[in-house]
Amino acid sequence: MYTFSGKLKTFSIALMILGALGMGYGFLTAPKTTEDIKEILHQEESHDVAQGDEHATTEVHASADSESHSAEAEQNHLEHVLHQLQNRPWAAYFVAAFFFLMIGVLVLVFYAIQWAAQAGWSIVLFRVMEGITAYILPGSILLFLFLLASGFHLNHIYVWMAEGTFDPTSENYDAIIDGKSWWLNTPSWLIRGFVYLFVYNIFRWLLRKNSIALDNSGDVKIYKKNFNLAVIFIVLYAILELFMSFDWLMSLDPHWYSQLYSFYVFASMMVSGITVIALVTIYLRKKGVLPFVNDKHIHDLGTYMFGFSIFWAYFWFDQFMLQWYANIPEDTAYFFPRLIGSYQLPFIGMLILNFVFPIFILMDKDSKKTPWFVIVTGLVILFGHYIDIFQLIYPATVGDNWSIGVPEIASLLFFLGVFIFTIFSSISKVPLHAKGNPFMKESEIYHG
Amino acid sequence: MSNKVIQAMYDDDDVLLKAVKETREANHHIEEVFTPFPVHGLEKAMGMKGTRIAIAAFIYGLTGLGFAIWMMNYMMIEDWPQNIGGKPNFSYVENMPAFVPIMFELTVFFAAHLMVITFYMRSKIWPFQKASNPDPRTTDDKFVMEVELSGNESELSDFLKKTGAIELKVADKA
Repeated sequence: MYTFSGKLKTFSIALMILGALGMGYGFLTAPKTTEDIKEILHQEESHDVAQGDEHATTEVHASADSESHSAEAEQNHLEHVLHQLQNRPWAAYFVAAFFFLMIGVLVLVFYAIQWAAQAGWSIVLFRVMEGITAYILPGSILLFLFLLASGFHLNHIYVWMAEGTFDPTSENYDAIIDGKSWWLNTPSWLIRGFVYLFVYNIFRWLLRKNSIALDNSGDVKIYKKNFNLAVIFIVLYAILELFMSFDWLMSLDPHWYSQLYSFYVFASMMVSGITVIALVTIYLRKKGVLPFVNDKHIHDLGTYMFGFSIFWAYFWFDQFMLQWYANIPEDTAYFFPRLIGSYQLPFIGMLILNFVFPIFILMDKDSKKTPWFVIVTGLVILFGHYIDIFQLIYPATVGDNWSIGVPEIASLLFFLGVFIFTIFSSISKVPLHAKGNPFMKESEIYHG
Repeated sequence: MSNKVIQAMYDDDDVLLKAVKETREANHHIEEVFTPFPVHGLEKAMGMKGTRIAIAAFIYGLTGLGFAIWMMNYMMIEDWPQNIGGKPNFSYVENMPAFVPIMFELTVFFAAHLMVITFYMRSKIWPFQKASNPDPRTTDDKFVMEVELSGNESELSDFLKKTGAIELKVADKA
């Protein structure tokens, strides 16, 4: 039985408070009017002029050209930049909320796969996985708040929600998005969002309830019930994840589409989820509460991390290469800010963090069995995939004026605090040894 | 000198595994074990060193990757620059994404084929090689353990019988 140490509890609460303060600061200091934007852009311009003469001459050229532009167009541009900068604290919130929620959900998927496959090796890790999935409930609530705020126009994260997009008489009318309006409209989008989250929560609740009941009775009927639930959940999840990624992430760029997108998001979050299982397991083993977990279990988790890192890179490249080769303007619009524009560093840099680094570190059998190797690689992988979610959301919402500042770091800290607090208080509630599971013996004597 | 071995036959892999452990504990030298299928944990019980084929595979893979990089550069950039889909055909770096599938395939191709060939060479299975298993039944459902005969023959025979051998045969090791 694990007890939630006071030190860790204080640490997680401190993270939450710090994060909440930072997020509040981010929301309060976001620019309010186009006047603020004018000032910001002006400051940047004068900064650029100071940089060098060559640059300055092009600036002058540009401003001479823009004199012919109407004042209305300039006002539109300012409003656009204003919306982007107002989006920043919301986008930072969304990145963190989505990242941690999907870790919880994907751990539940991994857990369900263990049930459906009747895997023997992983039973000693079941309570750890269940503990991590405890985050799904608070995570869903926090994310749904964001969805509601977007649905009720408190931010401009989703451009297709703007007024007049579906109205042919409006100047905001967009025929391409209007063609998708049977699917992409705010009420049904909110209902679908609720359905996804509801399904994740109900299956988490049922699987956990049965798993605990199995401990007390050892009744094989409960085992079969959980097996069936796990199979249904995997199928449901596969379908829902497809549309969830389209709804929440791909619709940020409503003109662009990629059929691979959902698998890409899945791969990214799957490797993060398994990494979190490995990190929490190593931590708990160090505390001495997982006496049956040996190096072979860690080795297997390391193998999954290795495998899914390659899986992720495969999708990253597939999605990129097809559109790079075809070179169709509406496709490349998505890749332009990432490959050539201002998001080049995170987009290319994460390949090193998420693919090159884990592949070389985790290739050797011995390094997968060495806990501190797995910890270091795991932290790099988690950081890399956080950047991955960041670059999925930011280019379409915040645009070229992005930076890593208070809103981004504060959101990460806040959600990390909630995550740590929820999973460890859930883990401390029940014995960590799932003694009722019929395959427990196999897991206990599992040695490589 | 004694080049003789005792070939002890077993009819169950669990019994064989136990016999291998007991024989080694009694300080007899096991020359070879013949089995119709891979027996899990046998190498460990026999005290064999871990295989180095993983390192070989890594080197083969890098060879394939290097070959693919060189090949695509020679074929598509140097020898006969080809303009496909308007991609810049005089620059390797800007054309690189198109070559990645080939790099991947050749890495796998080299690693897989050279690994199989290495395995055959190390196991001395090349064309026209005669089968070296002492009894054809080891390709069906029996297991044979070859133990070096260095001391008293009847003593070793008794010992092997006790470990569950169903048939014993003394043979000359060439």
